[in-house]
Amino acid sequence: MTALHLDPAAETRWDVTEEDIRSALDSVFDPELDEPITDLGFVRSLEVQAGVGGARVEVHLRLPTSFCSPNFAYLMASDSKDVISALPAVAQVVVELDDHHDSDVINAGLAADAGYRGTFLHEAEDSLDELRWTFRRKAHTAAMERCLTDLLRANASLVETEVGTIRLWNLPAGRNKEALLRRRAALGLPEAADATVLVNHEGHPYPPDAVPLALRRARSTRISIDGNAHFCRGLLRTRYEGSGTDQSPRPDGAEAADHHELLPLIVKEIHP
Amino acid sequence: MYSKDGENYFIVDAHIALWDARPENQRNIPGKQFIDCFYDYHRNLSPDAEQWSYEEFLYQGGERLMKDLFEDGYVDHAIFQPAYLGAFYKNGFAQVEEAYGLAAANPDKLTYNHCYDPRDGEAGLDRLRADHEKMGFKGVKLYTAEWHGESRGYKLSDPWSYRYFEECRKLGIKNIHIHKGPTVRPLDRDAFDVADVDHAASDFTDLNFVVEHVGLPRLEDFCWIATQEPNVHGGLAVAMPFMHTRPRYFAQIIGELIYWIGEDRIQFSSDYAIWTPRWLIERFVDFQIPADMTEYAPLTTAQKKKILGLNAAKMYDIPVPAELQLPDADETKTGPRQPERADLAGVQ
Repeated sequence: MTALHLDPAAETRWDVTEEDIRSALDSVFDPELDEPITDLGFVRSLEVQAGVGGARVEVHLRLPTSFCSPNFAYLMASDSKDVISALPAVAQVVVELDDHHDSDVINAGLAADAGYRGTFLHEAEDSLDELRWTFRRKAHTAAMERCLTDLLRANASLVETEVGTIRLWNLPAGRNKEALLRRRAALGLPEAADATVLVNHEGHPYPPDAVPLALRRARSTRISIDGNAHFCRGLLRTRYEGSGTDQSPRPDGAEAADHHELLPLIVKEIHP
Repeated sequence: MYSKDGENYFIVDAHIALWDARPENQRNIPGKQFIDCFYDYHRNLSPDAEQWSYEEFLYQGGERLMKDLFEDGYVDHAIFQPAYLGAFYKNGFAQVEEAYGLAAANPDKLTYNHCYDPRDGEAGLDRLRADHEKMGFKGVKLYTAEWHGESRGYKLSDPWSYRYFEECRKLGIKNIHIHKGPTVRPLDRDAFDVADVDHAASDFTDLNFVVEHVGLPRLEDFCWIATQEPNVHGGLAVAMPFMHTRPRYFAQIIGELIYWIGEDRIQFSSDYAIWTPRWLIERFVDFQIPADMTEYAPLTTAQKKKILGLNAAKMYDIPVPAELQLPDADETKTGPRQPERADLAGVQ
């Protein structure tokens, strides 16, 4: 009789590895920088132990400063707990944010599964959904500008007001186009080949005379996100010695002085 | 004054501090975390030769400040922008009394700006009036992420912020410097959002709003607001040292600013004591937009002179020798400055 029932711990003990946890965390993004926390080096430690009913996982996160905005910090930590908890072989998850001015509040909220409002009480009004949307829109804007600026640099005959008529099929295949398609999908914008590239976050294109300003505004967004991403990476390396080895290179906005030097910068350069 | 290649630059360092972050003045752990965060900024963005020890960084004192700015640093005039941070430091982070005393003793070199917190309500208004009568400042520095009881931040569009702006107007305090930190309440939205500056600047068109660190990390939002509001200016605190580590990023920041708000509304600052002015001034005078960034025009010497001092001198009526003065650019008051350069057409 008992032989028919497998011991649940024995059944699942070896089913989850550190790599499984890490790849689950690959889907947790810093919304502001539009990158996985695993690429940014924000995962400080990761421990998997066999336990009754499944594995016990403990993850510690770290951020570039103690004063990084607590709403983003909470989003990344709670998303981390969610993706790990969703793994079938995991029975218990502890996610802790280290060395932040709100560590105590956030860690207590995570431990109690108190949710956003339960964690931040009077400082929370409704939810962090609008915050996520704000940065999904910015990520799309930046991805759009990268593609169009590449196209302008590659085609001397392309007149700027015509940029507003560029369709997805006009964009060369590659990393930037793939990134744009992902961002469009995140906003629910059409991904069909004949879709217009330069659109606002609701998918509306711009009339020709509004195109230069829209492009320029998108450019400032791209500069801002790339600049913040590299500054945050740099601050993390300064704050936690050796953390650079946990970071993946970011090609967008990379410069010679970055510690990841061997990056394809060709797209941004001009070869007269 | 700084001189190079036959050109003379009148220097105004528009954002400096005299702070005390030593352990005996720290009220709590956030007090230590705050100065540690500043120190990481300092270490991360400074050239090796300009890096200070942690001990040096905690406190400088007036004597060292005078040396770093005026003896070694080429600065003609500097403006205190105090962040009080009473929730983190027993006697405040900015040493208000000491800074005021130093400015009073060196009026040709130093301007003292004050600070207030609109969440202090009526009592704070009384104090502002009394402080102004005693110290006679023309500007204030507002740190919107300051902690205050249960609150960890406020907006410039809050009703009490407006009451204080009305009082500033009455007292002749014309220059409002805004340091956007991560304003926490409500947490639902982007804590670095600068949209509240837009409301305040539209409703108080006779006040100048100088957004420090040009809205970073929200450069794009700052540019969009500032281009529409002729009384919004950009302070280059924190942005300047990117010249060293990330010159292409800095080129884009300055290029965007020139495009969106023009050369007359950008102010240099070292953000002393996070950085020292000497190397920043030397490098800025030598700095140029990389040749391949054809979306930006090269920086002119006149633009550098305005940014390094003339713009802030004008705002604060700081006397500038006649031969160093420059006229305002003949530009639109709102909207992009170089619309013809918005595109990359013709780069090849």
